[in-house]
Amino acid sequence: MNFIDNNILTIVIFLPLAGAILLMFFPRRDRDVRYFALGISLITLLASLHLPWHFDRGNSGFQFEQNIPWISHPNIHYHLGIDGISLWLVVLTTFLMPLCVLKSWKGIHERVKEFFILMLVLETAMIGVFMALDFFLFYFFWEATLIPMALVIGIFGHGRRIYAAVKFFLYTMIASVFMLAAILWLYAKTGSFDFVTIQNAIQGGQVANFAQASIWLFLGFFVAFAVKVPLFPVHTWLPDAHVEAPTAGSVLLAGVLLKMGTYGLLRFNVGLFPDQARRNAPWIITLAIIGIVYGALVAMVQPNIKRLVAYTSVSHLGFVVLGIFSFTQIGVDGAVYQMLNHGVSTGALFMLLGMIYDRRHTYDLAEYGGLATPMPVYATFFAFIMLSSVGLPLLNGFIGEFMVLSGAFMAKQLYGILAATGVIWSACYLLWMYQRVFYGSVTNPANAQLRDLDARERVSLWPLAIAALVMGVAPMLWLHSIDPTVGAALKQFSNANQAVALKAPHPTQHPHEVGVLCERSDARVERRFSTASPAADKTFVVSARDNRLKRQEEAVSLERRPGGLLYPVANHREPSGQVVR
Amino acid sequence: MHLWIIPLLPLAGAAINGLLGKRFPKALVNTIALGSTALAFGYALWVASQFAGLPADRIPHIERYANWLAAGPFSAEFGIYLDQLSLVMLLVVTGVGFLIHVYSLGYMAHEGGYYRYFAYLNLFMFFMLTLVLANNYLLMFVGWEGVGLASYLLIGFWFLKKSAADAGKKAFITNRVGDFGFLIALFLLIKHFGTLQYDSLWTLVSKYPVESGAAGVLTAIGLLMLVGATGKSAQIPLYVWLPDAMEGPTPVSALIHAATMVTAGVYMVARSNPIFNRTPQALMAVAIIGTLTAIFAASIGMVQTDIKKVLAYSTISQLGYMFMGCGVAAYGAGIFHLMTHAFFKALLFLSAGSIIHGIAGEQDMRKMGGLRKYLPWTFWCMTVATFTIVGFPPLAAFFSKDEILWRTWASGNHALWLIGVIAAGMTAFYMFRLWFLTFFGEYRGATSSTEAHGHDSHHDEEHGAPHECPWVMVIPLVLLAILSFVGGWVGIPAAMGGSNRFEHFLDPVFQSTALALPAEAAAAPESPSTELLFSAISVAAATIGFLIAWFLYFKRTDLPARIARSLNGLYTLVLDKYRIDELYAAVFIQPIIALSTSVFWKGIDQGLIDRGVDGGAAGAQEASDGMRRMQSGNIRSYAGWVAVGAAAVIAFMVWRGVR
Repeated sequence: MNFIDNNILTIVIFLPLAGAILLMFFPRRDRDVRYFALGISLITLLASLHLPWHFDRGNSGFQFEQNIPWISHPNIHYHLGIDGISLWLVVLTTFLMPLCVLKSWKGIHERVKEFFILMLVLETAMIGVFMALDFFLFYFFWEATLIPMALVIGIFGHGRRIYAAVKFFLYTMIASVFMLAAILWLYAKTGSFDFVTIQNAIQGGQVANFAQASIWLFLGFFVAFAVKVPLFPVHTWLPDAHVEAPTAGSVLLAGVLLKMGTYGLLRFNVGLFPDQARRNAPWIITLAIIGIVYGALVAMVQPNIKRLVAYTSVSHLGFVVLGIFSFTQIGVDGAVYQMLNHGVSTGALFMLLGMIYDRRHTYDLAEYGGLATPMPVYATFFAFIMLSSVGLPLLNGFIGEFMVLSGAFMAKQLYGILAATGVIWSACYLLWMYQRVFYGSVTNPANAQLRDLDARERVSLWPLAIAALVMGVAPMLWLHSIDPTVGAALKQFSNANQAVALKAPHPTQHPHEVGVLCERSDARVERRFSTASPAADKTFVVSARDNRLKRQEEAVSLERRPGGLLYPVANHREPSGQVVR
Repeated sequence: MHLWIIPLLPLAGAAINGLLGKRFPKALVNTIALGSTALAFGYALWVASQFAGLPADRIPHIERYANWLAAGPFSAEFGIYLDQLSLVMLLVVTGVGFLIHVYSLGYMAHEGGYYRYFAYLNLFMFFMLTLVLANNYLLMFVGWEGVGLASYLLIGFWFLKKSAADAGKKAFITNRVGDFGFLIALFLLIKHFGTLQYDSLWTLVSKYPVESGAAGVLTAIGLLMLVGATGKSAQIPLYVWLPDAMEGPTPVSALIHAATMVTAGVYMVARSNPIFNRTPQALMAVAIIGTLTAIFAASIGMVQTDIKKVLAYSTISQLGYMFMGCGVAAYGAGIFHLMTHAFFKALLFLSAGSIIHGIAGEQDMRKMGGLRKYLPWTFWCMTVATFTIVGFPPLAAFFSKDEILWRTWASGNHALWLIGVIAAGMTAFYMFRLWFLTFFGEYRGATSSTEAHGHDSHHDEEHGAPHECPWVMVIPLVLLAILSFVGGWVGIPAAMGGSNRFEHFLDPVFQSTALALPAEAAAAPESPSTELLFSAISVAAATIGFLIAWFLYFKRTDLPARIARSLNGLYTLVLDKYRIDELYAAVFIQPIIALSTSVFWKGIDQGLIDRGVDGGAAGAQEASDGMRRMQSGNIRSYAGWVAVGAAAVIAFMVWRGVR
């Protein structure tokens, strides 16, 4: 058991790669190749389930860590580890993979072997991104995802696949260079590529010239991740890549690759540069909100279904970025949850689109109409997934959206209000699209005789539908491990020595209780409440809980104004700001 | 009490029928759908009997099952909150719901997708019960959105018709606009109170003073909740979806779009009374929206020719009355009207359905007439319903509507009262117009009609003369007629010798958190004789409406057309529903689509960003092309470049040196 616990991450990462290598020596018998790829992806899924099974929820740090010196000069370590944030992203990746293999069963008929080799290599790279704790390793895996994905688009894609593949490759490649520069700067100053070491060095103030450089470092990482997310206005590679990619490519692109961007923002931008993150949050949030609304509006008017769904990703990922930069516990929790949701819902949407593409070889909305009559099962699955994407309560999308929005609202009301218009837009574009594809009578004779989903297709959809439901009804299964990690990550945002500041008094008539809103001076409203003991005539001890559920107490002067109500004395601030723990 | 069983019963029905119903025989589908609803109703009755035995200090009865989601200090749970208010709603929803399930057996007997219909209907019951039984706002929101989903599915049940699919989509999206307001209200609650659980919220809110002067956070919350309520309960300005929702099967119109779902907004306002009681401004907004909607919708209802559209506008108008009641802090009166309305409006819709069923799907009242001969049971039931809704004593709505009007007057809002009375007169007019047009005079439709205009097109072979419906449809009608007749007797006011038991039953819900509002203080000293006088005024208004309808649609049937012609502009404006749909399309929908297409997509995305990216790529390519040309293999050109390079380096060093 110990051996497994110590090496489980390595096993999960390299199982697919090992499969890919074995596959190279396989004879070109397509059927066997498919079964082998399915088997490997299923074994990887099983192996990855070890992680949530044995994950220690109470521990907010990295678990299953493996730290082996790899290259002594430069100082590179083979350092892997996962926490509550990356845990589920790994499982999401291994969960989507077998479904992608199933989906590609018939969709890919040429160069089948090469296709599955690329997919398995891609899986290794994606998992590596989420597990790597050494920057060199991280950057290696990060770039390694590009090659198989660009090849999958360029070789197995549709019409303008070369344009899309090159656009995808260059867009993300060029942006990554900035991250590489930032990584090298950090290495030059700290002599280490290790994430944890660097983080500690920064927090300890041991990095020379950090104050001047931090904004550039922040931006270097940010550009790489923002393109990947993609954040407005660097999102235009996404629709092209999606439209031309084969279905499995789209599923992984939307389901996992985009999350690498948001994961990076949360882990590195926020984790390493909290001050810069806070300082730059307003414009980043602005871009996120523009993305939410803009992505939805552009999605609404797309004549191509796949392009439509691609733009919805811009909108949904905007929610994730918004949640991350709200710096509230509920908002960041929601952002992490929304990453998983988006992987499930949008992954499923792309699978569904692929199924109809297999039959009609077009994504043109105008070609469809009335599909509910020949394909009722398909229509039902589509409706269910659509509803999860719309954010219907008891399905997964709602949980993430609700948490992100309430976090954003706590950070700043306007953020929450603007972003919440997204709930209207998402209903508009999806319901309208659904109506045009499925309702009415069949007008195009080519659609009249379409066969409904076969058993293999249903098998590939059921897990996603069930996941959407379970994630909506029992989100605690996931939040139990996400919440503590996020709480710890946010810790550095609130200086523990900061006293509780009072704002916007809501006085009461109760003699021993003062209704006050407690707001941390870093502008985040936290859970209120307060009991006051009439220690002196005017001084009360007000206690409040901050976001880590720590009690903080502070002496506050209160005065009785006409009407017998108690108000905090204006601009009060006890000189010492004593904090009683 | 294991209250979770109540919503889960219909959910189980929906799941079984939805997943497997296609392979089931009809009888099994019926058994599952009806059985689950009947069991839920039976269980609700048992709960009511248990509830009666609870001591006052154990009400509200709260059951908590599990944590739904928790993040940091915030958490929301699965739990049930049973007090007098949710008990009334529970009984109304399960009771009326059960009757409509029974009726549907007959009505939908010839339809395709039979199992799908009952799965949706059960799903609706689940969400509606979640809505009324939830013990926190987030769970209420689950029901709130869920009933919207069920409504979307059922309006679009005949999805082959574009109008039905359009109507479903419109309902969902319009409701989403309202939900946006509701969501923001929830965020405000979380931000300021850190919880959405009713019990802790009420405690926290009760520490706040009344925001009588400056509007504060509670006013904002109240107004945003009102936005949500206007969506779900079809009030101005978000009422536009409800008339279109009549595309759904008629039993659905009765259950969802008349008796239960659309009253969710009223329930939400009443449930939130601790908040509304502290914000006179928001409360006033509720009253004004309600009153305006009552008269506005009634005016449209007066000229519609589609029988279901008349009833739809009537529903909007009656919901307006309920809001009016809540808006003057007479929540009990609003809920009382909600209950009687559930009886009589369900009855009206089911009767209309029975007419439509009886004459091959026709819905145009101009093609009806004289139907009392053919559908005697329906006629008598409809008569009871009509006399109830217009408020003739001693039928149910007389007591409930009158209570609202009386409390409005007593709260000092005399203008609102006046509008309410005028709307009551209009109600009488359009209802009797409907009554005369359908049941009196000569039958104006084709007797051997095979063409089916209406929405509920049945494919019966033997559709000759109009005929009465099968007993499964008649029995619910009769039961609802009885309820519409006597349902108001539980709330006879003291001034008429009753004791207003209904409102006193609800008092604990509304009074435990109430503050002495100035408006309520003014209500006390009015004498019983004044109250009786005001009842007389209401009845008089109804009688006037009746007389006008009688004169125009029974006595001088040639007159309406002439009046319409002489008032041409105004008449068509009202007939076209004041062209509000067109206004919304021109102001919101078309500009947004145009903006998205030409500015965002084609302008920014393709024009600006992509052209920039492609241009950058092309520029890089050209630059490299230039570079390539430098490597020509020609020694002389290399030598030239070396010279240029050397010159540049020297120039640079000189420049640096000078500095």
